[in-house]
Amino acid sequence: MNHPLPPDTANEPMAPGLRLPESERKEFSPEALAEIQAIMAKFPDKLAATLPALHIAQREFGFVSLSAMKAVAKAIGIPEGHVFGVATFYTMYQKAPVGKFHFSVCTNISCALRGAAQLLEKVCEKTGVKPGQGPSADGLWSVEEVECLAGCGSGPCVQVNHDVYDEFVDEQKLIEVMEACKRGDYRPWAK
Amino acid sequence: MAAIRTKPDPQIYTFPGFGTDKYPNLMLRGAGDLDNWHLKVYEQRHEGYVAMKAALKLEPVAVVEEMKASGIRGRGGAGFPCGLKWSFMPKDTPERKFTRYLVCNGDEGEPGTFKDRAILEYNPHQLIEGMIIGGWAMQCKLGFVYIRGEFLWLIEKLEAALQQARDAGYLGKNIMGTGWDYDILVYRGAGAYICGEETALLNSLEGRRGEPRVKPPFPAAKGAFGQPTTVNNVETLAAVPPILRMGGAEYAKLGTPKNTGTRIFGVSGHVKRPGLFELPLGTPMDFVVNELAGGSSTGRKIKAIIPGGASAPMFDEKDFDCPLDFDTVKARGSMAGSGGLICMDEDTCMVQATLRLIRFYAHESCGQCTPCREGCNWMEMVLYRIEHGQGRMEDLDLLASLTPRIGLRTLCPLGDAACGPMDSALQKFRHEFEHHITHKTCYATGSRLLSTVGAH
Repeated sequence: MNHPLPPDTANEPMAPGLRLPESERKEFSPEALAEIQAIMAKFPDKLAATLPALHIAQREFGFVSLSAMKAVAKAIGIPEGHVFGVATFYTMYQKAPVGKFHFSVCTNISCALRGAAQLLEKVCEKTGVKPGQGPSADGLWSVEEVECLAGCGSGPCVQVNHDVYDEFVDEQKLIEVMEACKRGDYRPWAK
Repeated sequence: MAAIRTKPDPQIYTFPGFGTDKYPNLMLRGAGDLDNWHLKVYEQRHEGYVAMKAALKLEPVAVVEEMKASGIRGRGGAGFPCGLKWSFMPKDTPERKFTRYLVCNGDEGEPGTFKDRAILEYNPHQLIEGMIIGGWAMQCKLGFVYIRGEFLWLIEKLEAALQQARDAGYLGKNIMGTGWDYDILVYRGAGAYICGEETALLNSLEGRRGEPRVKPPFPAAKGAFGQPTTVNNVETLAAVPPILRMGGAEYAKLGTPKNTGTRIFGVSGHVKRPGLFELPLGTPMDFVVNELAGGSSTGRKIKAIIPGGASAPMFDEKDFDCPLDFDTVKARGSMAGSGGLICMDEDTCMVQATLRLIRFYAHESCGQCTPCREGCNWMEMVLYRIEHGQGRMEDLDLLASLTPRIGLRTLCPLGDAACGPMDSALQKFRHEFEHHITHKTCYATGSRLLSTVGAH
């Protein structure tokens, strides 16, 4: 049993938000703002627009940076702290940059029984990145180990960006998926 | 509007005899037919919106009575009678008018469960029809469908189907001349298993962190946006149109007397034909696993089956004949849960399997209640130690002493859910844990379940 030491944060900013990577973009596009306004109008309370607005922010900014959270708070008119709390609670909001093709590999029990652990290692080997380590040098790939994707009967399964799952993935299928990525058969991660 | 999915999925949905009187096809109608999200196809081929038109001619109370007569129990996991739940919603009085909401729980995150996905994929209109009938029965103002964020293509498909229903006049103002206004909104989750718990789902729907609320007040008194709300699973709502079509009394003849109707069982793990099988409740487990799913895929005997999604305690060989209904499974010490059967063969290391399950709960615990947040992490660490050959015999007692301090001591059932697999594995496969501690290696020789490159 190894007991990891706490990370050395002596030279880092005190506020947790300021330790997050920053995005180039700082503001929403007018179309995105209009989309958020439309969502706010549909629901009984404007606070309900927080999750959809963060999804839009992720699409626009590439990932949910601190500026993205601030832009969401400003667009809806709610406290920045609330948006930060929500964005850090949910795992689908990436708080750091990801590759152009983001692989989510399910390693939960049903997939694991059919070889998901070995598949995750294969994905890491082929893309050259490890889970949670950010995009590869060419910016193409990133990998994430996720919990159940509800593809249990057809595991192991992989989701590329937010597209339809690839099911019964073995080494051959993985190579096909990566080829298809390069061809542009998957929907892009961000604009 | 983005393109709607056309890639067929490789899942198995059918078996010999499916669709006959013995094994009626109620919720998986249209499975395998990717065109069924078109309103026209649903109406022409699958008696679409017949039940809705009939229900709108009935008094709302009569619809609730029909649901009560059907005896259907919630398919999300707890098995609470659906008709009773609907009748808890407060009625309008001359002094007080209520704004009521109906919420559909499509946050399918339970490992081993993949049924809601099939309904959303192949039968979205049946869900919409069920939600309209439910909305009419409780006189709701709005319906919400909360779907997990990973199902982006299904959300787009459901949005397209909803638009067709609006164009046909089944949603919107003054539906079918009844003077009743109703609409359904889709809400996309963002990857939190805990949002499958109804009050956490309501918090998430309001745009907050998905942390379960203190009950009471129950959602029927104070739910989404502070208004009376009913939360039903996708499968429960999709069962509403068939119930209304065939009549509650007729539906109650399916299954067993206290566990009526059909439900979709998902079989995964070491079986030849993993897939979804819609069966009357009370079907024996060994029939589902051996006859329908084809038995073990590895040629080795099946050692353990989880009968109701990852949260349910495991069954070993002597319980494989258990009829799959809520009461019998509970009496035998597990729970029918969400109907996901996970089969593990003889070569599966139960220490690894348990560690994988507990790691899931440690990861997904929302962090609100200390017993669950800390307890699941401790269980994971102790199991990790055993798995890596550094366990001690007293660790087994330590694990056994942890579960009673987590179970029933948290706001929501996630803590209890983590205790189920832990307790049952220790009870039924204790020799594997002991072997791990004394021999510093696995008792079983199957392939690894845990990856070496994980973020953990």
